[in-house]
Amino acid sequence: MKKKIAMYWGAGCGGCDVSLLGIHEKLLDLLDDIEIVFWPCATDFKYEDLEKMPDKSIDVAFYNGAIRTEENEKIAKLLRKKAKVLVAYGSCASEGCVIGLANLYDKKQIFNVVYLQNETTKNEDKVLPKEHTNDLELPEFLPHLKTLEQVVKVDAVIPGCPPPRPVLEEALEALLQGKTNFGKEVALCDECPRKDSKPEKIEIERFYRWHEKEDNGDCFLAQGMICMGPATLAGCQGECISANIPCTGCMGPTPKVKDQGAAMLSAIASLLGDIDEEKEEEIMNSIRDMIGTFYKYRAAKLLPEGRLKDES
Amino acid sequence: MARRIGVFVCHCGVNIAGVVDVERVAEELRKYPGVAFATTYQYMCSDPGQNLIRQKIEEENLDAVIIAACSPAMHEETFRSVCKEFFNPYRCEMANIREQCSWVHDKKEATEKAIKLVKATVEKLRGNEDLMPIFVPIEKKCLVIGGGIAGIQAALDIADAGYKVILVEKEASIGGRMAQLSETFPTLDCSQCILTPKMVAVARHPNIKLMAYSEVIDISGYVGNFDVKILKKPRYVDEDACTVCGDCEKACPVIIPNEFDMEKKPRKAIYIPFPQAVPSTYTIDREACLGLAPLTCAQCKDACEANAINYDMQPKIVEERVGAIIVATGYDLYDKNKLVEYGYGEDDDIITSLEFERMLSASGPTGGEIIKPSTGKVPKKVVFIQCAGSRDKQHMPYCSSICCMYTAKHALLYKHHVPDGEAYIFYIDIRATGKNYEEFIARVMEEERINYIRGKVAKIYREGDKIVVWGVDTLTGKKVEIKADLVVLAMAIVGRKETKEIAKLLKVAVDDGNFLKESHPKLKPVEALSRGIYFAGCAQSPKDIPAAVAQASAAASKVLAIFSKDKLEKDPLVAVVDEDRCSGCGVCVSICPYGAMQRQPNGKAKCIEALCEGCGTCAAACPSNNIEMRNYKDEQIEKMIEVIV
Repeated sequence: MKKKIAMYWGAGCGGCDVSLLGIHEKLLDLLDDIEIVFWPCATDFKYEDLEKMPDKSIDVAFYNGAIRTEENEKIAKLLRKKAKVLVAYGSCASEGCVIGLANLYDKKQIFNVVYLQNETTKNEDKVLPKEHTNDLELPEFLPHLKTLEQVVKVDAVIPGCPPPRPVLEEALEALLQGKTNFGKEVALCDECPRKDSKPEKIEIERFYRWHEKEDNGDCFLAQGMICMGPATLAGCQGECISANIPCTGCMGPTPKVKDQGAAMLSAIASLLGDIDEEKEEEIMNSIRDMIGTFYKYRAAKLLPEGRLKDES
Repeated sequence: MARRIGVFVCHCGVNIAGVVDVERVAEELRKYPGVAFATTYQYMCSDPGQNLIRQKIEEENLDAVIIAACSPAMHEETFRSVCKEFFNPYRCEMANIREQCSWVHDKKEATEKAIKLVKATVEKLRGNEDLMPIFVPIEKKCLVIGGGIAGIQAALDIADAGYKVILVEKEASIGGRMAQLSETFPTLDCSQCILTPKMVAVARHPNIKLMAYSEVIDISGYVGNFDVKILKKPRYVDEDACTVCGDCEKACPVIIPNEFDMEKKPRKAIYIPFPQAVPSTYTIDREACLGLAPLTCAQCKDACEANAINYDMQPKIVEERVGAIIVATGYDLYDKNKLVEYGYGEDDDIITSLEFERMLSASGPTGGEIIKPSTGKVPKKVVFIQCAGSRDKQHMPYCSSICCMYTAKHALLYKHHVPDGEAYIFYIDIRATGKNYEEFIARVMEEERINYIRGKVAKIYREGDKIVVWGVDTLTGKKVEIKADLVVLAMAIVGRKETKEIAKLLKVAVDDGNFLKESHPKLKPVEALSRGIYFAGCAQSPKDIPAAVAQASAAASKVLAIFSKDKLEKDPLVAVVDEDRCSGCGVCVSICPYGAMQRQPNGKAKCIEALCEGCGTCAAACPSNNIEMRNYKDEQIEKMIEVIV
């Protein structure tokens, strides 16, 4: 019997939906084994259709995107009810991703920036989104962005922003066989195309942003460019590295690490060599956008209630 | 896993019990899961205290023990040896309720904290594994780097104890700085007269392999098993054949300054640095010689009846395995060119202390006569300036330790040479802390009528054939102007630049003054952080001869302690890499201060247990959290934190 599959697009960029198409002809093979029962992006189903399905009738439901609105939350709960296996698909669903950085601000600050202060926004009447208008009901914009796991129980995670093809292929195969454990346990360096260029000892004298230094083709970290590879789960086979871009960490941490950013910061700080504290501080301060660099994908997971309020 | 833990709370007299309610600690712990027994005692470390542990282990059938007392640095060894009689010593843990508790908190807080600390230790203990010590074989041979008085002393001590020593000296002869000195304070012994017997003893000692004119170029391995590469530079003279007749020197047409005499005396391209040099042989200065290539001159070879000269001699790399290393690379004077305010280098009549030292030496450039370099006449007024580059934030912040003493000696010797001369000494403070040092200073001040001026020199300039020194006497508040014939700068002492290179090979840290950093400034002053590496003499900090000799003997005794065993026992609390999950990112390999983390051919990291000191740097830095410290596993630490927080 064909496996019943659902895919939902929460708060995200749409890249995850595209990534599923990105497995190309493999998708055709898959179609022999699966039946798509719900995929708003690609097929015409309505929420009512989903509601009408018997509980646990979907074999595997993929949820991509984060939970930013009341509607996202509602569908997450609904899918949980209807599916045997619920999968957090991609970085937004599993750890909040780039949009999770919004948890550094509150709802009012976000609305202010997006609808009022943004230079490219023309909003003379200062109209802000409202939930209830005379003729329209909009879902509530939640106080904080949530990951899928913060709302419902999640059975499996397909990491990545979006999940890279090799990761996805392995995951789909496993999931269709009823397995929820898949993927690698080592960090990216293990499969990095620049692995052999690692020097015997890495010592960082200063940090360079990508455009500040000519890439000589060696290990990025050894060149002083921050590469999240050592703290990031392998599986993508170094797609970005092959395109001469250091890893930004979208696959999330390795199994024993909770705080990927802290793990990488601690590693990087240790690589600064034998210098005095003042110089150390100077070098570390030269990193622009600490949170955006080390917590690009995981801020919402680590800050489910938003930023801790300063006590002062 | 420990199921019946015994908790022993120590009063430590009033040290703990005066603040912590020890009875309550025992009472609370009795209720804690896993704890089978808890009691208190006056002094756990005393014999009766230790016996109490023995007795209760048997009576209560305990399978693990916690001693809540002082720092494990004090007594862990004591209590683990007791427990070893019954079970694996790693089933014994200490909870520090003294240094980290009773000494720093008031009564109420301290008791609560003590309870938490002991409970946390219970959690750690429950996660402990039984461990066996790691044994490492020892190559009972010592490498001594540097052939000054410290290196010589260390080499002789070890060799006399019956072990082999390789003494490596960069220069053509051993002897170091002490060989350059004229007389030594405070006894005014002739420096060379007391040094040369030791140099000769080195040359003749059957256990010492002397490798002068050689440099250590590579060191790998760990305590007991260091692999060392030594570059033997070609002398172009056969050491064994040379009879030191001096015919070659007479024949040599090239004249250059002699470094040994601070370049104030000429030597030839083929030379012996000083007459008592060890090994006693001539050396050809490759840079200066005309005859090496192209073959334009062979006058020394023609003159040599012993046929000892060989222009085709090649550098040789000698490989040795040693069990311990003593670094005694000595000191340099602070870069004199940086002392622009004292006009060094601009004026011939402003010289450094070591130049003055050579001037005083009978074998020196002036044959022991004190002269004013610009005129060759006897200087009638000499100004000595102490702390030239020392105790100065612009230069070196530290005290160079020996300048007060040798400046007093210089002034005294000057007065002995030139009784009608006047000597002035500018000083900040007089530091004369050695045996009979203060008496020596008093003698110089009173008997020799040396003018001590407390204050720094502001300006030095030339006026005619005089050097004018401006300063302030801070005791009278008056400005002082002295028109001197000669100015001697008591230069700051810094570690040799070569020390830095050696330190890099040894993975030992150096400070801003290029001095080697010891493991503990008080309790381990001759030890490096890595085991099996020791320091002696001025390579570690500025010091005088007796201190250098004492430190050399201390370092030697440390080496002998290692050599006294057949195998080294090592604490097995080392790092363990989860190799399956290691990505080979190289972070741990890059930062391990002991070189214990090594990259394997497959790229993954591996901990060489013999090298690992268990510091945990790698475990903290591993971005995949794949390194754990034995008996300090994450789960253990997390549980401890849980209990405490």
